[in-house]
Amino acid sequence: MKRIYFDYAATTPVDPRVDKVMRPFFDEKFGNTMSIHSFGQEAKIVLEKSRQTVANLIGAKPNEIVFTGSATESNNLALKGVAFANKDKGKHIIISQIEHPCIMEVAIWLEKQGFEITRLPVDKYGLVNSLDVKKAIRKHTILVSIIHGSNEIGTIQPIEEIGKVCKEKKVYFHTDAAQSFGKIPIDVNKMNIDLLTASSHKIYGPKGAACLFVRQGTKIEPILHGGGQESGLRSSTVNIGAIVGFSKACEICKKEMKKESQRLFKLRDKLIKNVLKIKESHLAGHAKKRLSNNANFWFSFIEGESLVIQLDLLGIAASTGSACSSMKLEPSHVLLAIGLKPQEAHGSLRISLGRWTTEKEIDYLIKVLPKVVKQLRKISPFKKHA
Amino acid sequence: MPNGTYSKKVIEHFSNPHNYGKMKNPSGVGRVGNILCGDVLCLYIKVEKNKKGKEIIKDISYETFGCVAAISTSSVVTDLTKGKTLEQALKIDSKKVVKSLGGLPKIKIHCSLLAADALVEAIYDYLSKNKRKIPKELEKKHQRIEKEKKEIEERYKKWMK
Repeated sequence: MKRIYFDYAATTPVDPRVDKVMRPFFDEKFGNTMSIHSFGQEAKIVLEKSRQTVANLIGAKPNEIVFTGSATESNNLALKGVAFANKDKGKHIIISQIEHPCIMEVAIWLEKQGFEITRLPVDKYGLVNSLDVKKAIRKHTILVSIIHGSNEIGTIQPIEEIGKVCKEKKVYFHTDAAQSFGKIPIDVNKMNIDLLTASSHKIYGPKGAACLFVRQGTKIEPILHGGGQESGLRSSTVNIGAIVGFSKACEICKKEMKKESQRLFKLRDKLIKNVLKIKESHLAGHAKKRLSNNANFWFSFIEGESLVIQLDLLGIAASTGSACSSMKLEPSHVLLAIGLKPQEAHGSLRISLGRWTTEKEIDYLIKVLPKVVKQLRKISPFKKHA
Repeated sequence: MPNGTYSKKVIEHFSNPHNYGKMKNPSGVGRVGNILCGDVLCLYIKVEKNKKGKEIIKDISYETFGCVAAISTSSVVTDLTKGKTLEQALKIDSKKVVKSLGGLPKIKIHCSLLAADALVEAIYDYLSKNKRKIPKELEKKHQRIEKEKKEIEERYKKWMK
């Protein structure tokens, strides 16, 4: 059976162009960047070149890019690193209610270490109000961390406005841009961003590479201590192959961003328009202020895991925020934050598009989804003929 | 297609569920919800006497709002129960359900409880409607399920009209 991938927000396949440049770094050019011989120095030169390319995509200086192993690690470094380096100034941190689980969990952990966390609410589209950020900042606030593009509902936050508020109030501003990086233009200076998380495997690079942009002069402590790689902020042998791939992925995104996002906008809007023709179907997130590759729906009277597995049996890969598919058996905190009731979040379906999504694939989904929804509603004890 | 979470048997039942749908004039109805995840299951039974004069579950069907595990356990419970006497049916517990599905992921075991509970409730409903004596064990189970049900009904008020 032909399989169709609609889960690019979860992870993406490596672009063949990325694959090609990475390969020599696993056998021929495998040196350790810390070695002073030619093998090591060769790797070191490539590492610094890669750093420049990644920095270019967000208007940063190369020395402001810290390579890490994952976006989760970058987010951990940003929050824990800033928290512990600035605890003499204060122990108050502001996040939103719709952060990725790795931010939510770090926040809970920091509370146990004596930090105080404010979790800002969002409106029904998932937007944080920059005025709320302003009001929440106190004398002892040390960091604001707001996700840029939501991994679930795709809503894009007014990062520039929030950045301005943080700059005025002299509070560090971090944004988790794992989903938006490489997909929409980001300028860390124009947007007043002090720290930014980006990931390779969401933009057709390999897994195992990510970065944290740390503005020069930011007070931050490492969470991994050791050989002192990455200016002492992330000790670990440098994963040079993955970083080379990450950098190539950035280069491609920079070149193709405009054209690709326009292509995806069209496909996504076609999908949304047609899926909403299904009775009792709803769009979660903002219609316009949303990532070009994200569509998130919820269907009354049915459950999301069933929906995803039914689609999977038809060769379509998607995702859900239903309680049934979570490890905690709780509905997605993002869907609850935008005001959905638990039973509504139960019927959630996320479709995320990417570089190899075609119009034919969208048409196929539009064709089969109503049938799958109908079939599951037949089994459901709730309203049948919706 | 291989699935790392569910057994082949579960996927079989899920993709082709047996005996689903509402029943006209059922002898008993069991409506249960899972307070953990929010799944809801409605089980219908038709009770008739067999040739020996024993009451059997002649027909059974269900409606399920829930995940793959909830739907497949509903389906397999109907297979296990159809044609059985009430006494035999009451012996079908969640362990038996899980076993006949070739296992369930640990986190989904509660779903199998849902289907077994619905069966208990349907039989309880039948017995009490007909003013029959309720076995002690059954009464105890019913009390526990009843408590959980209230919470679920509150949650789904809007849809249950």
